[in-house]
Amino acid sequence: MHKPVLFCVSVLLVTVSLLAYADAKTVHTEKSLYRNISVVKEGDLTCLVFETRKENPPYQTCKDENDPKRFVFSYTKLILTGLLYNANPEKILVIGLGGGTLPMALSEMLPNAEITSVEIDPAVIKLAKQYFEYQESPRIKTVERDGRLFIKRAALKKESFDWIILDAFNGDYIPEHLMTQEFLQEVKSVLSETGIITANTFSQSKLYAYESATYHSVYGDFYNVKRKNTGNRIVLAPAQQPLIKLSKLELNATRWESTFEQYGVDVDWLLDHIQTKKDWDQTSDLLTDQYAPANLLKFDKE
Amino acid sequence: MAPFFGGSIYVWGSIITIFMLALSIGYLLGGRWSIRSPNNLKYGSLFLGSALLLLPMIFFGEAIMEWIFEHFSDPRYGSLLGASGLFFLPTVVMGMIAPYSVRLLVINAESSGQTAGFLYFVSTIGSALGTIMTSFYLVLWFEINTILWFIFATYLCCGLSAIARHYLAGNRLILEGNHA
Repeated sequence: MHKPVLFCVSVLLVTVSLLAYADAKTVHTEKSLYRNISVVKEGDLTCLVFETRKENPPYQTCKDENDPKRFVFSYTKLILTGLLYNANPEKILVIGLGGGTLPMALSEMLPNAEITSVEIDPAVIKLAKQYFEYQESPRIKTVERDGRLFIKRAALKKESFDWIILDAFNGDYIPEHLMTQEFLQEVKSVLSETGIITANTFSQSKLYAYESATYHSVYGDFYNVKRKNTGNRIVLAPAQQPLIKLSKLELNATRWESTFEQYGVDVDWLLDHIQTKKDWDQTSDLLTDQYAPANLLKFDKE
Repeated sequence: MAPFFGGSIYVWGSIITIFMLALSIGYLLGGRWSIRSPNNLKYGSLFLGSALLLLPMIFFGEAIMEWIFEHFSDPRYGSLLGASGLFFLPTVVMGMIAPYSVRLLVINAESSGQTAGFLYFVSTIGSALGTIMTSFYLVLWFEINTILWFIFATYLCCGLSAIARHYLAGNRLILEGNHA
């Protein structure tokens, strides 16, 4: 595409999204211990918004009223690469509930799986149930707790999980203690032999190198699932090396193709975004409990 | 704290509570201790005491927190105990410094308000600078323990210089103190 055309298209897109935002109606505002949270309706979408700033606050979860199953955000789609790696997780742990649409979708896809979600903010849990059809059941549980605390207790109790989904970063404030080498080791200690972690984290700023190096120091080689020019990526790492081959993931993909389709997720699109290239500065320092200025590093563009 | 008790609201509550409690007790003790024969030797020893009490935090902080984590499952009381274990003692002694400084610096009743006001100014602006420097810059440049060692060294220097002053020119101050 020519540059002027690209420019026009992006201006158009920005205008459209601004108009859409202007069209947004706040249907519920909840003051929580941590922030103001609102539920916003925007056309057919109902979204959970953390109001950390006035302009374009980060959207946490959206649900399409016309197609409630559809995964609205790309990053949630990319998390599903976890199922291409480990097709049959029995115990799943989700850190960071949001609207709870991911645990609900997983419980449909995996009728025998037990899914525990850990969420620090009771108001988020309340809104997930009220507006996003999040429902607890004997195999869908919610724990109101800090993620790190939950993992540490689980390790003491010698619990283990087949899939841990780390989705606790809302884009504006990063809980630094969920990024350190020590934390990632604790996570690894509660993963089963075939267990994997998929972490929704950052792909820009100086933080990208620090974070990638930290993950690599704990898990070894991992798959980097990311799209161009977006702020986040998914780290897909197994508890035990070696990393299984991409061809095996492709094989698993055929199994999930029709199921994923119901959620608006194309397996080929997923496979296209899985990378193994180590495209970060590998000499980077690590994030540790002693040194974890993640929020400051995020503003250091480089 | 965060590695053991997370970033929940009660962790912040615990830390602030323990600091306030320790400081208030320190103010009370420091004031009482200043009644009888105040001098720079005792004053300096408060700084040295604060410095030494930082050492357990640096060396055993992790072990202390681990023990509390394993024995208290309620995250609220766990974090309250954790904050006490790490910060209570050094903060009590640091709190004693302020009233003791008032005692050493006050020359007469008329200027006592001004002296106390100046000390409040110094101590509060010091807290403000320390907080902003640490949260904006120091955490980006250093590890937490390095920052603690720096505080340790600062207290050590202050304590030693007060003690040196006591032996070099201290007697003059005691006399002034007795006249007041």
